[in-house]
Amino acid sequence: MHLHRYEKIWLTFGIGSLLVFLIVLGVGAFYQGTQPPSCLVTLDPENVQAHESFKDENLGVQQIGENEYVVNILASAFNYNFGKDEAGVPVRKIRIPKGANVIFQATTTDVVHGFQIAGTNVNMMLEPGYISDYETTLNNVGEFTIVCNEYCGVGHHMMTAVLEVYEP
Amino acid sequence: MIKSIPKNQSRLAMAFMWVAFISLLIGGLMGLLQVFVRSGQFTLPFGIDYYQVLTVHGVILGLVLTTYFIIGFQYALMSKSIGMTNLERKMAWIGFFVMLVGTIMTAVTILLGKASVLYTFYAPLQAHPTFYIGLALVVVGSWFACFINFHQLYRWKKEHKGEKSPLMAFMVVINMLIWFICTLGVAATVLIQFIPWSLGLVTEIDILVSRTLFWYFGHPLVYFWLLPAYMAWYTIIPKVIGGKIFSDSLARLSFILFLLFSIPVGFHHQLTEPGIDPFWKYIQVVLTFMVVIPSLLTAFSMFASFEMAGRAKGAKGKLGWFKKLPWKDVRFLAPFIGMAAFIPGGAGGIINASNQLNGVIHNTIWVTGHFHLTVATTVMLTFFGIAYWLIPVLTGRTLTRKINKLGIIQTIVWTVGMTIMSGSMHIAGLLGAPRRSSYSEYGGTEQAQEWIGYQIGQAIGGTILFIGILLMVYIFFYLTFRAPIGIEEFPVAEYREGDGVDRTPMLFENWKLWIGITAVLILIAYTIPFIDIIQNAPPGSPGFKWPIGNI
Amino acid sequence: MAKVLKGQQPSNAHDEKEPELKGTFISVMAIGVFIIVAWIGAFSLFLSR
Repeated sequence: MHLHRYEKIWLTFGIGSLLVFLIVLGVGAFYQGTQPPSCLVTLDPENVQAHESFKDENLGVQQIGENEYVVNILASAFNYNFGKDEAGVPVRKIRIPKGANVIFQATTTDVVHGFQIAGTNVNMMLEPGYISDYETTLNNVGEFTIVCNEYCGVGHHMMTAVLEVYEP
Repeated sequence: MIKSIPKNQSRLAMAFMWVAFISLLIGGLMGLLQVFVRSGQFTLPFGIDYYQVLTVHGVILGLVLTTYFIIGFQYALMSKSIGMTNLERKMAWIGFFVMLVGTIMTAVTILLGKASVLYTFYAPLQAHPTFYIGLALVVVGSWFACFINFHQLYRWKKEHKGEKSPLMAFMVVINMLIWFICTLGVAATVLIQFIPWSLGLVTEIDILVSRTLFWYFGHPLVYFWLLPAYMAWYTIIPKVIGGKIFSDSLARLSFILFLLFSIPVGFHHQLTEPGIDPFWKYIQVVLTFMVVIPSLLTAFSMFASFEMAGRAKGAKGKLGWFKKLPWKDVRFLAPFIGMAAFIPGGAGGIINASNQLNGVIHNTIWVTGHFHLTVATTVMLTFFGIAYWLIPVLTGRTLTRKINKLGIIQTIVWTVGMTIMSGSMHIAGLLGAPRRSSYSEYGGTEQAQEWIGYQIGQAIGGTILFIGILLMVYIFFYLTFRAPIGIEEFPVAEYREGDGVDRTPMLFENWKLWIGITAVLILIAYTIPFIDIIQNAPPGSPGFKWPIGNI
Repeated sequence: MAKVLKGQQPSNAHDEKEPELKGTFISVMAIGVFIIVAWIGAFSLFLSR
């Protein structure tokens, strides 16, 4: 078998580029902590509210430190449950100050759902029996659409909410 | 090389082509309905559900059209390169009917609204059992084709002791090995998990096991689609352009690399899932990047074969050969545009598989745009490019100048439509628009408004593509029934002087070695995480029928 | 890949002159550059979000 001289250069260049990509991704993932969401915590999918984070009073935005927040979300066909406001109305819009450290924690009570905040890197699958989490800092002010991006049934496209990132 | 394919073998390949082109028409119509709905200007009549239409579209184009075309085409390649015995042909017909029964079962279940689960049928959405049983039959029927192709090569090698297999047969066998090894995963989840669970024999299903088995199948599936296109690029296109195969051994090397690296990579479809260890996700990302290498090899071989053909025709300068390519021959033009589409398609694929970068595009309509470039352009245009000569070869007719011209128009229509549709999908996806979703204003957010603009773009592109489908189906019928009787050439490329099987390392023919390495790589990539998934599994899920209207 | 090639080269592999493939080289390198530019684009989008 014979490799043409140009082909050797091309393969070296191509494989070298792939290696560079992999190193950049690996350093980002393992040293800077930008892993894809892999929480590895399980719960009983038929009794998710037995878990502390998903009790009614803990749903929605919780401030846990000076500039740190946790957002607990309970997904079900075809709704995101962020808890209720003071008037007892289900929350449809959550607010987070710009630059805050936020952990989104979510799970589902029924089928597989998606949880994506369009225009950000928050994008995870919610699967029965697992908690999905993603830690991030939201640096861009504005209104972001929260969408279910995994097919969950006839009302899938109605499953939505809003995140507002505001100037603190 | 067999001079002409016997009539009874032609009929077999044509049976597969018939199902493929009927599927193209039905699936294409479903695609048209979807882009209309998503434009927000149209609602489906008779209370038909968007997701039912989407399920038909995905199943019939992604699973039916592709599998039937590929098996039919591969039978033709095998008949041409090493022949087929009567027993093999009879078994092939049994396989065809098993697949057909399965296809009809699945299709009827979907049409009755009992299986709007999309072609990925993710649990715990639960379809009617006949959906899963039908799918299982399609897979089992396709295994007939695997073993017939294996047997054909085995028989040929027994008759040609010490000789290396013909390139076409070698490639077919590699592709069917990939198909057989990967469908074991989907067969396992369907037979062991879905069927008993949908029949009510067990009450719960392990979601992550089912998803992992599905994606163990789901990525090699796309290579099963792609490799027949590569077969045409390597073994047929050089003949069409009046050139030679650039290198037999490089062609075989790239196919062996596909066998090794197309399977242990399923996790890159599961990067945003909560139950898989990030270390193993990254390992499979590395393996996914390995499967880029055979495509890098292929890019070089294609251009080299073009350049040498052009130079032999007297082309001058660095790029003068480009003008010498037979642009007016649809057998070349359609696959060539397919190749070109694989440049953005492949680049997008590398982005998709890039571990954390997956979060930017996962389940956005970017992904839909991506595979409409790869499978619906690269693969489909190459398949159309094959059909222009293969259908007449099989029906004993000829490709006329008029049809050649119409084919060129078809190719241009497809290219324009897909550029608009896939382009809009890519951009909207980067802006966050989700895939697999009916029309929605998402509570009237500004972002959603922006997405709708691109959805209108998709509707325009999709409509143009549907015109392309009508043209192609017309061409299929014309070539089957109307084209003048005659002898159409089955283009088989020749080797360059000094190249050929005799120069190819014997090692490439060592099937036990390659299958062994494939198995080892799969075990490395999957054993530990799979045990992990089972040991740390949460309680299983009951079935959910109401969300898909399966009541 | 090296393992595959090792010791497998027929002795007369270098007999003939290599074909002229400058155009091929330009073409594949253009593809390579396209892939790199696309990837860097996606990576910057990831970083900016």
